[in-house]
Formats: sequence, structure tokens, C-alpha cells
Amino acid sequence: MMLRLAPVLLVALLVAPILAGLGMALLPAFGYLPALGGDSLSLAPWRALFAEPGIWRSATISLASGLLATAISLAVVLLYLAAATGSRLDRWIRRLVSPLLSIPHAAAAFGLAFLIAPSGLVARLASPGLTGWERPPDLLIVQDPWGLSLIAGLVIKEIPFLLLMSLAALPQLDPERRVAMARSLGYRPTLAWWKVVAPSLYPLIRLPVYAVIAYASSVVDVAMILGPTLPPTLAVSILGWFSDPDLDKRFLASAGAILQLGVTATALAIWWGLERLVARLMGGWIARGGRRRGETGLHVAGKLWILLATVIAFFGIAGLAIHSVAGFWRFPDALPGSFTAAHWARVLPSLAGPVASTALIALCATLLAMVLALAALENEQRTGRHPSRALWLLYLPLIVPQIAFLFGLAVVMEQLGTRPTLALVAFGHLLFVLPYVFLSLSEAYRRFDPRWSRLALTLGASCNGAFWRVRLPMLLAPILTALAVGLAVSIGQYLPTQLLGGGRVTTVTTEAVSLAAGGNRRVIGVWALVQACLPLAGFILAVGLPRLLWSRRRGMQGAP
Amino acid sequence: MNATHRLELRDICIQLGDQVLVELDAEIGPGEVLTVMGPSGSGKSTLLAYLAGFLAPEFRAGGQVLLDGHDISGLPAERRGIGLLFQDPLLFPHLSVAGNLRFGMPRDSTDKAARVDKALANIGLAGFGDRDPATLSGGQKARVALMRLLLSAPCAVLLDEPFSKLDTHLRHEMRRLVFDRLREAGLPSLLVTHDGEDAEDAGGRVIELSH
Repeated sequence: MMLRLAPVLLVALLVAPILAGLGMALLPAFGYLPALGGDSLSLAPWRALFAEPGIWRSATISLASGLLATAISLAVVLLYLAAATGSRLDRWIRRLVSPLLSIPHAAAAFGLAFLIAPSGLVARLASPGLTGWERPPDLLIVQDPWGLSLIAGLVIKEIPFLLLMSLAALPQLDPERRVAMARSLGYRPTLAWWKVVAPSLYPLIRLPVYAVIAYASSVVDVAMILGPTLPPTLAVSILGWFSDPDLDKRFLASAGAILQLGVTATALAIWWGLERLVARLMGGWIARGGRRRGETGLHVAGKLWILLATVIAFFGIAGLAIHSVAGFWRFPDALPGSFTAAHWARVLPSLAGPVASTALIALCATLLAMVLALAALENEQRTGRHPSRALWLLYLPLIVPQIAFLFGLAVVMEQLGTRPTLALVAFGHLLFVLPYVFLSLSEAYRRFDPRWSRLALTLGASCNGAFWRVRLPMLLAPILTALAVGLAVSIGQYLPTQLLGGGRVTTVTTEAVSLAAGGNRRVIGVWALVQACLPLAGFILAVGLPRLLWSRRRGMQGAP
Repeated sequence: MNATHRLELRDICIQLGDQVLVELDAEIGPGEVLTVMGPSGSGKSTLLAYLAGFLAPEFRAGGQVLLDGHDISGLPAERRGIGLLFQDPLLFPHLSVAGNLRFGMPRDSTDKAARVDKALANIGLAGFGDRDPATLSGGQKARVALMRLLLSAPCAVLLDEPFSKLDTHLRHEMRRLVFDRLREAGLPSLLVTHDGEDAEDAGGRVIELSH
């Protein structure tokens, strides 16, 4: 009976907080918030918002960086998939997808910042030989006013996400046979992929692409580390107003949140228009029937860009590690003159608290999400119904900008008199963990051969028995992977922790991001490295545990 | 295992929308095998799904399924007492061979370990209890699957082309084993196949389904 309620509960849990949050952003945006003395509707918050210096520039940078980061990430992923031939490099990249995805946005952003900063690793390696620099140049590379480094940081993190989504969708298209067919008609392999696989793949990954647009156009933590400062992106400005001691700024922040919603909606609308345009251009290109031209260029680009992105991500993490143990480090030496454990020793005592609360919040949110996802999927199997259409609502927390509704949700919670606690933060994380856990698990769950459960039933096991004794153990590997994904998502969350925790709940992520302004690279290195390693531990367990448990069961090795 | 059971199919009629897929009226006595033959798409698997209790909600079915005189068509699959042998042996990959055999044994059965050992000896696999099912040969897996079915003490058995994936030389041997054991156990069985030889070896009545 409880199982029947699972899908309803799932959707309600995701939709209700978002609607409540948006509502509580909308009302104060028009001056209504009795608790702060706003009793009547007015346009004053909007007038104040548009009077803010640089507001339009903030909005434009949010819009442009969202669209560009998405376009570049998608292009790199598609180019790679088209050029992938199953070579050693390709398999290597595919194996790196999950660990890359598990690196929190903030850690990856710090890694990039340490790499490209004027005194960063790249400048050190190129100096003084290539550049002639004897001291760090006075250039604004990180936090550049055009948001280019922000876009680069987003691209590095969104490539693995879109790649994983594409790899999950591809098998149902049977790309090998399609390409073989096109090749037998004279098309070169990479061109063949672009012409016969890409057009069918895109509709399958459209929702994840929209999620990337929404995320990239409203991100806070990456923008605080890599984004422009004068003015910052819209989302960062909103967070600033919300945290302002002057409570009247709340009205301004609310109007900003609604503007952010508009910016993200505009980005999605522009993208939708671009989709039409590209579809027409592609249609013409395919109809012309070219079989050879452009093959080499597409092939090389496909290998090159993804390699570059992967290498940057890993060098970034390596850079964090070096900084965290660096002693005296003269420019332009490529490596520190001495190594020291002093930074670790200094940070270690203050690590325990945030690490514990990070782990506690992540475990609560992920386990709860797992129970809900399993219940909804099991219900789907037992009733024999097809996945309900309402499940696209799962993407809602990923497509509505976080800052737009979290901020209102925090206000709702304040009104209800809820104290900011770990439980409240865990609930906030659940909104973002649940979609990922569900999406990650549903693939394996729906592909699971229904005959196994039928067999169990005809052998006399009950429905629950079949679940506990057959489905759960046989799906252990994908379940652990989904748990690891959930933990990684939770560990990386900045905004929900900051807003719902009222600044009083500190996690590894909030600590690391708050250090960004300080600029002590050694300490940032320690925190960001810890932040990057926590989710990795989950993935190592997810891969290792099934191998250990099923070491004597060959049929379970490399199972679904 | 020597109790006798009887399966009666009274005016079975399965429909999808307005289209009638299967119509059947038959009686299967203890130890008898009824063979239902027909080309693919003739509704064989729908009939099996209905009898076992897995019919998808979009189908409508009429008639009665009587097992030892009780109508079981309203019962859930796990309480029907109907065992199923699939095309593939489907040994649970996460359990040992003995674990697979124990899976279906009724809860209250005593002396499970001894019965598992006896069953393994019975099919020439003595001492295989601890083995990983993935290490068994095709014929060995098929025998374990049969024994698992018998140990679950069903009152009737459905066979879903269980020999179609076996090598030719194994097929005849396996058919003999399966039909002998089912007869010994006095179980009414319904075999669905498109292979004429299956029907011959089964030795019972044959019903042809058409489109």
C-alpha cells in the first residue's frame, strides 16, 4: 500500500517546495512580506533592482555564460562520440567519466583557477622561456570581466555530465549498426555518426541539456570562484543581497530571484530557437549527401577537445594537491622549492566538524532518496505500468534555477519558525539528490529482465521476497553507483547548505567556497582537495564492494 | 512428491481489445503433458502469462483455471502453486547451486540441506552445492533448473519452450529427463513449443493454436 503512494510522494516532495519557494520569492519581489513590514504590493523592489549599478551587465553575463558553456560542452561531447572508435584513448576517457563527474564544481573551479592564474601552473611552465615573465604578469585572467574563465570552469564540469547522459542513451539507438549501414553507402565513419546517430541522440539528451543551461546560467559557487566581480553574475549578486544585514535588501533579492528566473527562461528560449535553426541546417547538410569532406577535421577535433578538457581537470586537481603541500615557491619555478605538511596540520583540527556534517547530510539525503526511488521503481514494476509521464517533473529542481526558489524556500522556513538545522539542509539536498539517484537507478531497474522476478514468484516467493532476495542483490552494483552519485551531488551542494543552513551549517563545500575571497592558495588547496576526495571514496566503494562480495560469482561480475 | 494433481482450463478466452488471441478448453490429469503448438504471435506466451498470473493489464481474460478443483485465476502468481520452466535455465547468479535449489523450497520443509544433497545426486551433480552456477555447463544448468522447480513442490507446471536453446544432442536427453520427472511427480504439465519433436517426446495430446 505504501508503495502505491511512492510516485505521488516523490513528485509532491519535489514540486511542493519549488512552488512554495517560487511563491515566496514572487510576493516580496512585489513588496509583500508582512514580517519585514511589506504590507502592500508595489513596484519599489523592481525600481531598486534596476537602479543597481551594472545589473544589466550581470544579467547578460549570466545569460551568455549559460548558453556558451552549454553549447561548448555539448559540442565537445558530440564531437568526441562521433570520433570515438573504441581505441585505447576512448576507453580510457570513458572510464574517467564517473570520477570526473564526482569532482564537486567548486573543487574543479579552484583547480582551474590555480592552473590559469597569472602565477598559476601554466604561466610557470611557460615562463620565462616562452613568455619572458620573471614575475607574475598583472593580468586579470581568473574572474575576468567577460566571464571566460567562468565558462571554462563550467565546461570542464558539464562535459562529463553530458557524456554520461549520452552514453546511457546511446545503446537504444544501436549506433554501430547505423554507422555500419551509412558506411556501406560510402560515408566516412565520423561523418556517418554525425548524419545518422546525432539527430536521434539529441532528443534523448534534451532534458539534461536544458538542466545544464539552467545550472550554468544561475550557478553561484563556480561564479564566486571564477566569475567576474564588478559586477558579479546575477546569481552571486542575489546571494549578496540576501545575506546583507540590512533586511530591506530582501525585497531587492526577491526581485533579483525573479529576474534570474527570467534570465534562465530566456536562455532556454534562445536555445530552443537555436535547436530549430541547427535542425534545419543539419537537415540541409544531410540531404546534400556529402560523404567525405570534413571527416579529418571532425575526427581530430573530436579527440583533441575532450582530451584537453580531461587533462585540464586532472592537472587542476594535481595543482590543488601540490599547493596543499607547497612550501616556499618562487615564480616562475614549475615546482615548489620545498614541501611541507604544515598547511594540512593547520587545517586538520578544523576539518573534522565540516567533514562530519558533510557526510551526515549526504548520507541522510542519499539514503532517503534511495528509499523513495526504489519504492517508486518497484511500484512501477509491480503494477506493470509504463513510467508515468509525471516523471519529467523529476527534472524540475534541475531546470528551475536553484537561487530562484531556494531563497523563497528559506523565507518559508523562517516563517514556519523552523530553525536552520542539519535536517533542514539535508531536506534541501534531497531536492537535488533525488533526481540524480532516480535517473541513475531507473536505467538499470527498467532494463532488469522481468523473468527473474517472475521466476521467484513461481517458486513461491512473495512480491517482497522477490524484491529482497532477487532484485536487490542482483542490482547491488547499480544501486551502489546510484548511492555514490547521490553522495557526490550532495557533497558538492553549496547554495542549499548556505541558504537553508542560514550560514550556521558548515560543510566542506561552504568552507572551501568561503575561502575563495581570502586567496590563501595553500589552505584552499587543502580544503578543495578534501572536497574532491570525499565523493571519490563513494565511487571507489561502489566499484569495489560488488567485486569483493561477488568474487565467487562469475555471473555477477560486470553485471547490469 | 507423489500427490496427484489435476489442472482444468475451462473456456479460456484471452482478448486484446476486440481481438481474440487464444481460446482453449482442456483438462490435464496427473502426470499428463498437454502440448500447445503454434507459430510465433499465436498467443502462446500470452496463454502462459495468464496461467502463471503475469498477464499484462491491457489484456482481458475470461474462463476458469481450476487446480485440484479450486479456481486460481484470481490468485497472485506466488500463491497459485504453478511452477514455470523458462527457455533459459535462469539460475540466480548471486546464489550458489545449493542456494538456487533452496530458494523455492517451502519454508516449513525440514531437513533442507539433506534434500538438496539428495536432489543433486539425483541429477548426477553430487557435490556441486557450493559451486557458482556460472561455472556449470548448459546441460548441468538445465538440470539444476528442473530440480529447483521440483523442490518448490508445485501442483502444476508450465513449460515455455524449455528445450529450444539446448544443443541438439542434449535436447533429447533433457526432454526425457524432464517428462519422466514430471510424470513421476504426478504433475499436470502444459508445454508450449513450436518444435514438433518436443510434442512427440512429450507423448500427450497436442493442441494447435492458429492466428
